[in-house]
Amino acid sequence: MLGKLNWSAIPFGEPIPLVTGCVVVLVLAAVLGLITLKGWWPYLWREWITSVDHKRIGVMYCMLALVMLLRGFSDAIMMRSHLAIAAGTSQGYLPPGHYDQIFSAHGTIMIFFTAMPFVVGLMNFVVPLQLGVRDVAFPTLNSVSFWLTASGVLLTNMSLVIGEFARTGWLAYPPLSELRFSPGVGVDYYLWSLQIAGVGTLLSGINLVTTILKMRAPGMTYTRMPMFCWTALASNLLIVAAFPILTATLAMLTLDRYLGFHFFTNDGGGNAMMYINLIWAWGHPEVYILVLPVFGVFSEVISTFSGKALFGYRSMVLATMCICVLSFLVWLHHFFTMGAGADVNGFFGVMTMIIAVPTGVKIFNWLFTMYGGRVRFEVPMLWSVGFMVTFVIGGMTGVLLAVPPADFMLHNSLFLVAHFHNVIIGGVLFGAFAGYTYWFPKAFGFKLHDGLGRAAFWCWLTGFYIAFMPLYALGLMGATRRMQHYDDMNWQPLMIAAFVGALIILAGIGCQALQLVVSIRQRDRNRDLSGDPWDGRSLEWSTTSPPPPFNFAVLPDVQGEEAYWGVKQSAIEDQRLADEPEYEPIEMPRNTATGFVTAFFATVTGFALIWHIWWLVILGLVGAYAVFVIFAWREEEEYVIPADKVAAIDRERRRSREQLLAARRPA
Amino acid sequence: MVRERPSRSRAATAMPLCILLMLPGCAGGVLDPRGPVSAAEKLILLNSLAIMLAIVIPTIIGTLAVAWWFRASNTRARYRPSWSYSGRIELVTWSIPAMVVLLLGGIGWVGSHDLDPPKPLVSKTEPITVQVVSLDWKWLFIYPDLGIASVNRLVVPSGTPISFQLTSATVMNSFFVPQLGGQIYTMAGMTTRLHLQADRPGSYQGLSAQFSGDGFSRMRFTVDAVPDAQFARWAAQAKGGAPVLDAASYAALREPSQGLAPFTYGAVAPGLFDAIVGQKPAPPSADATASIPGKKV
Repeated sequence: MLGKLNWSAIPFGEPIPLVTGCVVVLVLAAVLGLITLKGWWPYLWREWITSVDHKRIGVMYCMLALVMLLRGFSDAIMMRSHLAIAAGTSQGYLPPGHYDQIFSAHGTIMIFFTAMPFVVGLMNFVVPLQLGVRDVAFPTLNSVSFWLTASGVLLTNMSLVIGEFARTGWLAYPPLSELRFSPGVGVDYYLWSLQIAGVGTLLSGINLVTTILKMRAPGMTYTRMPMFCWTALASNLLIVAAFPILTATLAMLTLDRYLGFHFFTNDGGGNAMMYINLIWAWGHPEVYILVLPVFGVFSEVISTFSGKALFGYRSMVLATMCICVLSFLVWLHHFFTMGAGADVNGFFGVMTMIIAVPTGVKIFNWLFTMYGGRVRFEVPMLWSVGFMVTFVIGGMTGVLLAVPPADFMLHNSLFLVAHFHNVIIGGVLFGAFAGYTYWFPKAFGFKLHDGLGRAAFWCWLTGFYIAFMPLYALGLMGATRRMQHYDDMNWQPLMIAAFVGALIILAGIGCQALQLVVSIRQRDRNRDLSGDPWDGRSLEWSTTSPPPPFNFAVLPDVQGEEAYWGVKQSAIEDQRLADEPEYEPIEMPRNTATGFVTAFFATVTGFALIWHIWWLVILGLVGAYAVFVIFAWREEEEYVIPADKVAAIDRERRRSREQLLAARRPA
Repeated sequence: MVRERPSRSRAATAMPLCILLMLPGCAGGVLDPRGPVSAAEKLILLNSLAIMLAIVIPTIIGTLAVAWWFRASNTRARYRPSWSYSGRIELVTWSIPAMVVLLLGGIGWVGSHDLDPPKPLVSKTEPITVQVVSLDWKWLFIYPDLGIASVNRLVVPSGTPISFQLTSATVMNSFFVPQLGGQIYTMAGMTTRLHLQADRPGSYQGLSAQFSGDGFSRMRFTVDAVPDAQFARWAAQAKGGAPVLDAASYAALREPSQGLAPFTYGAVAPGLFDAIVGQKPAPPSADATASIPGKKV
């Protein structure tokens, strides 16, 4: 009746997962209880859960990412504290079976459920606003994408309490992930969470590509798009091209595990290296899916806070698209040590170095954007300068790993671990935080607390260096990744230093949590009434904070690069806004529960597949199909906001704009 | 272009790089090579690092200097709000990384051919062959020419090139002796090649560098490089001694175990390594009568 599921799936004998699981369940119950007690359910259901507004969905993606950052980080601090003591005769406090799950979960969660939702959330929120449009191309699909991602998150975290997670590393290399070596449900949790979340990501990619290619405001030609839209386009093209590879690869492993196929097994003619090639054919573009959007964030932030247009805009576009194409030609550098031969290794080594050229160009262009500017060191700008310094070090160690003979020495070592954390923390995460601070007032109408933001930045920056520079050194000393114990006592001081670094990062995360609470409590003090708190340059700053559901009362007519900056400058000079337009009624898509209900059935199906509860699988699939049919047969797709209401909202905006003009009157 | 280089920011950027360069002087790592392969790989590593530092350090200093000099409160800095394009600078920003990559690409391409793991080492001494099998969670070293084998301890003559053939009887592992040279994967059903040499007698740590399950962290071995005479003595001592590596004892060895103390086999069933690569049952040794166990799934 319940397949493989029975009481032994609950880890009664293991105190750490059991206590953690209980605490998580209690917190969740408390939150749900509070919502019920306060009667917030109707509001949440109406305004958030069923929302198809790209801004709401973007915010929910970012919130999901922040919560998962906490989960991924608690894994990290467990590993660091364990390794700080597991030297010589001490075995530490995490047995191998548990330690292996922790590093697998850490990687999976940080990449798929922290970094991905964060950048997807920022793109979702910002891109339609920057393009001067009212929503993404397929609003309901957008909601489906988000909730499928949330479904993957839920399944992964369920493994904490029910059953176990994969013990294979975050890419689940076979043959280790095959049934013969991993008979438990851990790999199945991994496979089905990623399959469900991966479908969500692919749909979101299709959605944003369509939006950028087909739905720009009048006059918003490709070469007038803000840099962030370009990087979002490149990133989503990569999603569309790369995620089907992930889906197919994981599907083949699933067939091996569920139906006895032999794609990647040791026997029956299987070959595990096929999986490793395929997973990296997705995996390397994935790196650029994450980092390209944050390159866009940095372009926006550095240009805004330098008070200058982005230096070498066309060069930046070219560099972005070069990276987009080249990212598919470098995957083999993840396994030079497979022994593919000198020509193959040489080719992929050189291609990897070539991809560093456009990346280097970007760094120089940001530098020249600041040159001749008036640099305001607001918090987003701190993250950006911190990024530029940190990222070149990470880039350098990356190119070092691209030299095959050097990689033979450093592959799979802690040097590699330090390298990719250097680019993912110093690049993706710093960029996500810059974007979070930068666009927060746009999303909520008030700024984040400044002092706590600065404190968080400095904790993260110093914590990062203290945590990861020792890992570079340990890698050179021969320490390998994923080890649960080491004999060489000389390594211990560096391991302790790395743990201290992780504690400083913890302080940074603490500052960020406090910042959010304090900012919400003091929101009246930090209100952004103008809609343009940073003296911005692109169209999202031309509407109110938060923007109305329709974003723009009248779609903007774009006259050149930096659509909003030009209009703003001439308005300030003349001290008057453009004439009031003629308002028309606006049609907006209706909210729908389709996404949420689909994801509910996807979660049920995934859970049933993991535990081999076949009747529930059928029920879940039938349910999901029924939701699709009901959605397809709905009669009303849109609702209309009458012209007088649009006019009322926009006149309010114009009043605050007039105050802005007066405040920025030229001397 | 950079008008001022405040010493404070320079110190801030130099610090992590110093840590990076200073710490790994300790013994045992890849920066303490004891053979021609590791020495050559270390040289490539340091050359590549030096070339990149030549551009990375000025970039870091330049970034901090420009950001600081053009701070909004600095009235001496000239504000040029509409300056956002310069063809000449664009040319430079593309050329500098391109030239660095040209140089590094050369090093990478040549190095990847010179130090290709299957390429035999140039030496007047005849190489010895060692067949390596990774098991859960230990290493089996077969000396096919000597008809002996050892577990978790590799004894080699110093100054002699060692020609490795490697495979895995289980999941993927990576054979790695940091002080002797780069690593190579061991994969079931496939044979990889690697050539290493220890220049001087000594004891070097070896490990698996590819995660392979619960016993991975303890999957370590020692490489003892000894003078020729001592090697011959060791081989003679092992030869003919118990136990014998045949189908039955191999089946026993294949059972997962951790932290196995090193020991030797006095005889090895001929063709054992090929049988392991071919995923076939191990052949019986000439004198062994043990039945061939069925393939364990």
